[in-house]
Amino acid sequence: MTWNKLIRHETILGLFVVIALVVLSAQSDKFFTLDNLLNQGRLMTEVGLIAIVMTFVIITGGIDLSVGSILGMTAILLGVFWKNLGLPLELAIFLALCVGTFAGFVNGLIITRFRVPPLIATLGTLALYRGIAEGVSEARSVRGYPEWFYVLGQGNVFGVPTQLWLLVIVTIVAAIILGMTTWGRATYAIGSNETAARFSGLRVDWIKIAIYSASGFAAALAAVIFVSRVSTTRSDMGTGIELDAITAVVLGGTSIFGGRGTIIGTVLGLILIQALKNGLSLAGVKSDGTIVLIGAALILTILISNLVYRGGTR
Amino acid sequence: MSVEAAPAFRPHRSALTRFISAYGQEIVIACAILVLFAVVSAVNPRFLGANNLNTIISGNAYIAVAAIGMSMIIITGNIDVSVGALIGVLATVAGNIAISGAPIWVAWVAPIFVGMAVNTIVGMLVAYGKIPAIVVTLGMLSILRGGLVSVTGGAWINNLPPEFLLAQRRFLDVPVPVWMMIVLTIAAFLWMRYTAFGRSLYAIGGNPEAARAAGIPIERRIVQVFAIHGAFAGLATILFATQLKIIQSTVPPNLELTIITAAVIGGVSILGGTGTVIGSTLAAILFSAIGSALIFINVSAYWLRAVIGALILITVLIDMMRRNREMRGAGR
Repeated sequence: MTWNKLIRHETILGLFVVIALVVLSAQSDKFFTLDNLLNQGRLMTEVGLIAIVMTFVIITGGIDLSVGSILGMTAILLGVFWKNLGLPLELAIFLALCVGTFAGFVNGLIITRFRVPPLIATLGTLALYRGIAEGVSEARSVRGYPEWFYVLGQGNVFGVPTQLWLLVIVTIVAAIILGMTTWGRATYAIGSNETAARFSGLRVDWIKIAIYSASGFAAALAAVIFVSRVSTTRSDMGTGIELDAITAVVLGGTSIFGGRGTIIGTVLGLILIQALKNGLSLAGVKSDGTIVLIGAALILTILISNLVYRGGTR
Repeated sequence: MSVEAAPAFRPHRSALTRFISAYGQEIVIACAILVLFAVVSAVNPRFLGANNLNTIISGNAYIAVAAIGMSMIIITGNIDVSVGALIGVLATVAGNIAISGAPIWVAWVAPIFVGMAVNTIVGMLVAYGKIPAIVVTLGMLSILRGGLVSVTGGAWINNLPPEFLLAQRRFLDVPVPVWMMIVLTIAAFLWMRYTAFGRSLYAIGGNPEAARAAGIPIERRIVQVFAIHGAFAGLATILFATQLKIIQSTVPPNLELTIITAAVIGGVSILGGTGTVIGSTLAAILFSAIGSALIFINVSAYWLRAVIGALILITVLIDMMRRNREMRGAGR
């Protein structure tokens, strides 16, 4: 591997992650323990699932701001399907996942059929889906789920949080799809040059609709895990999670203009954000101060990356 | 790509058709406002009461003012998702100066300059750091929001001096916010339409390469337009923060989305290059009128946001269908 290939965004970010881990371990002896790291993985899963699929969305040159609202809407509907309609919880979970996927499908339809820019389309559905969550819930919360349901969000499998397994599987599958399949190549092709992709015979609209549907599905899956983790549903769940997910993706080196990005970059971005959040809170920094640092880290990483790339090819 | 704010000039048409074709979006929104007022006041005459009109227009004037700056940003092909957080920070700055015993005008002027300073940094990161505006402002959103809460601890500012409350004052029996909204909208519209500086914003958004070839200093313009946007955020803050005797360290949820949507519904293309601030101001009024109307026709408060969301989407879809048709009609 040549020097040039080594100096890439992921490498810089990887160094940042290592530095952050070393510094934070030195700050608190509670940080670098297995228990703490696994617990952080648990907390990271919901944003992680959304961010992994968001990577695809952003690589196509799009964006999905509605994921937080889809999370809130499907969480509320999960509770309503189970408690108010009396459906079995398994069926309620399945229906909630369907609704989330459909919400993403609607996003894709608006973006491809009506040619509404993704930022505006998902800005609109952000308001709509959150509104539906508020309307359906009428500010009530649903609690008292059966014990088995909490295994998903609070339990362990082979000593590792259940949902972390899920995140690992989704990450590996996504990395394979993006890196090794024609679907992945098509995703990059659309982001690099949509017109060329169209003329190459790619079914651009369908690929986009599939990706936005997957984004809705990921948000719904995150909702199920979220509900299981905190044992309750509320209509304001997932507010602002889209910004966390986008920050992780962009921090991970995915170009907001599309055409460039990797799953490993997103994972590194997620780890850096979660490590900063956790390490700083152990070091006594309040969570609001941490948010400031994450914002600064986002701008600085891209700035440094731009300076290193200056004059070179992408 | 046309540098005009309006669609292409068609000489064979009459002046009226030209006007309608140039300001289609603004006319559509103005009609929507009129229809809304007519229908809702027929159902419930109190909708046209002085109190309610005051709430609709004066209470939300700050959104229209912020949308003016946002329109300029979007017309140059950029975006700012941090403006809501910025308004929150500026409100706290203004409030703290007001209770510190400094002259009141300092508390009014400070947000404008702080807003300009903050957004100048944003503009420089965008223009010279070559970081996409959405990334810079996403980061700025975290910095401002987190910074505000960690500094204030979420505490409210009480005991604001009565003379600070500019938004409650009236001039010629019309609330000050309404005056500011009208004057700033018209001034910004004329400035963008008839000055070289204003027209260069459209050129940058429409075709940056052509703008550069025409000798427009794009980087400097972008820093300047972000600074101007910061000034408008400061002006909006004054209207927002002087409504009540207290200042909370929070702003309405999704304030930046409301401001962006007002600009976009008002006819500013998210792709840059077109739109006017008259449209964005009308759209801001339409939004607040819709919110109020839903209460008057007894829509459950829980469903308010869903209905507004649906209306926004429908407006965007109709707008896009119209534009797609126009593009096909223009032979593209």
